[in-house]
Amino acid sequence: MGGSAIICRGLVKRYKDVVAVAGLDLEVRSGECFGLLGPNGAGKTTTVEILEGLIAPDEGEVEVLGMRWASDDHAIRERIGVQLQETKLADKLTVEEIVTLFRSFYRRGHAVDEVLDIVQLGEKRKTWVSRLSGGQRQRLAIACALVSDPDILFLDEPTTGLDPQSRRQLWDVVAAFRARGGTILLTTHYMDEAERLCDRVAVVDHGKTIAFGTPKELIASLGAEHVIEFALQEGQAPPEDAALLALPGVHEVRANAGRTTLTVEELHRSLPAVIAELERRGLGMTELSTHHATLEDLFLHLTGRHLRDE
Amino acid sequence: MRAHHPLVQLTLARFREFFRQPETVFWVFAFPILLAVALGIAFRNRPPDRVRVAIQAGAGADSLAARLAGAQALRVEVLDSAIAAARLRTGRVALVIVPGEPVVYRFDSTRTESHVARLVADDEVQRAYGRRDPRAVREEKITEKGARYIDFLLPGLLGMNLMGTGLWGVGFAVVNMRVRKLLKRLVASPMRHSHFLVSFALARLATVALEVTFLIGAGMLIFGVPFRGSVVAFAVVALAGALAFSGLGLLIASRTQTEEGVNGLMNLVMMPMWILSGTFFSAANFPDVMQPFIKVLPLTALNDALRAVMLDGTGLAALAFPLVVLVAWMVATFTVALKIFRWL
Ligand SMILES: Nc1ncnc2c1ncn2[C@@H]1O[C@H](COP(=O)(O)OP(=O)(O)OP(=O)(O)O)[C@@H](O)[C@H]1O
Ligand SMILES: [Mg+2]
Repeated sequence: MGGSAIICRGLVKRYKDVVAVAGLDLEVRSGECFGLLGPNGAGKTTTVEILEGLIAPDEGEVEVLGMRWASDDHAIRERIGVQLQETKLADKLTVEEIVTLFRSFYRRGHAVDEVLDIVQLGEKRKTWVSRLSGGQRQRLAIACALVSDPDILFLDEPTTGLDPQSRRQLWDVVAAFRARGGTILLTTHYMDEAERLCDRVAVVDHGKTIAFGTPKELIASLGAEHVIEFALQEGQAPPEDAALLALPGVHEVRANAGRTTLTVEELHRSLPAVIAELERRGLGMTELSTHHATLEDLFLHLTGRHLRDE
Repeated sequence: MRAHHPLVQLTLARFREFFRQPETVFWVFAFPILLAVALGIAFRNRPPDRVRVAIQAGAGADSLAARLAGAQALRVEVLDSAIAAARLRTGRVALVIVPGEPVVYRFDSTRTESHVARLVADDEVQRAYGRRDPRAVREEKITEKGARYIDFLLPGLLGMNLMGTGLWGVGFAVVNMRVRKLLKRLVASPMRHSHFLVSFALARLATVALEVTFLIGAGMLIFGVPFRGSVVAFAVVALAGALAFSGLGLLIASRTQTEEGVNGLMNLVMMPMWILSGTFFSAANFPDVMQPFIKVLPLTALNDALRAVMLDGTGLAALAFPLVVLVAWMVATFTVALKIFRWL
């Protein structure tokens, strides 16, 4: 299957005093995992729920699997799987009962046991939802989304608030779905999640797309692949930006809460130069770290803000 | 219907959630029985209390007291005039008799008890001073099943119960699902909206059958409450009532966004009916101008019809009015609820 699974153009959604989505274009290709990345309140959930046919946009067009909301609702719903950001499933029903309930809504799909195996909840089939852990609940929500064997899977912050092990389990489920040819649209504020799962990413801020491409392309757009961060001893001021930019391979300099962040092309050329420069000025470091540039650095580069308020 | 039909699954889910809630089981099954026992004891049938009467101390007081000592219905004591007056004012005696010529009866004419005391005391006084009754009379005392307070109460408790479970079972459940965004999640699936709504009605039918059997069964076993009408007529009435209140529950829930909101609305709807609709005492106690309004309340219609079938053995044909009231409520509430229902 080729072509587009989801297309939207000029999406706008206003609430009383906020514009949640401010003219957003998007195209998700069949068989890819597409990520919407953005800080709190960026408009990710609003966008996804418009695409899921749950919110009517004020302006703009949406096409899902070549069909349109309002005329083909039932047909679209048969073929998409949805996990909402904040659904709490019925407490007093068992895992198996809930998945069976959701299965009954669809004409075709997986057997209940099959889907419980996919999300590794087979052992918990007789357990009430109220007695599941956070990670297990989230996998149950995904089981309900997967039970119809959908063409498109919508995941709204599937791993927010989960421990690292639960996150990896969920990533495996998503990767397996993608490997069998499924299309995924997911939102997240975790960089590593987007870099690991997504073929392409749109960075969203204030209801608009501010960057768009594969994670590699986006990081490459920084023009430099590595990041050096250092902090100086109490009372010492870092060298002026121009002096640092003059060092070999340094692309960008940012000072933030006592730390200085440099974006550099090649670590082995820039790092010794930075250390030598600081020593020449008699400045002492209390901290020094380096990492590969991430989408977090990109977001910082684009907006001057961090994606998540730590 | 297939076991995997969405309607079957939705109904099963409703049913399971209802019965897996220990509070529900208490309020629906145990509470009405406890209430019936408590009220049954408080208002049990027993010989009427002896009426307390004071004789004001003075000339002739002691001889009058001696003459009245044998009167079965009176409890007589001689008191100083100040004490007698104080007791009369506070209701601890119903009547003060001042001996002399003429004998004076002093009492509060707005108190039923005092009127009874006056009649009984006068009877005893006249007889004590030699009155002879011209005609012989004979008394026949009855305590018939079906005329006791508990017999009146039980159908009312059932009506109240059907109202409570209808409103809570539907209204609260829907709002709870809306608050949890479960409703939204369901709308995101191809579930038919009609299946969702009908599943509430179906689950109610099953629970109503259990509620009615349990309550009436317990009433018959524990209190010997009679059941004189036809089971079919009773089932029809109970069903109409349950559906009318399910509709009302759905209507209350149709746009409510919070659990507090739905709590408030439910109490607003239920409270007047608890009082007005003849659950604990007959609605005939309210003034005539209110009667047309009281008669068209769904709980009044349900209570009246349940009582008529149970206690008087009335058939369906004679229950046209309450049944029409219930069906009208059902149709109106469901229609409006469906029109204004908020899925998201
Ligand atoms: N129903 C609503 N009424 C009013 N404002 C809303 C409503 N839903 C969302 N908003 C506003 O629209 C903006 C975008 O919200 P949205 O939920 O889409 O953000 P998000 O990117 O999903 O954020 P998060 O990462 O916190 O989930 C926010 O400013 C939010 O306050
Ligand atoms: Mg969100």
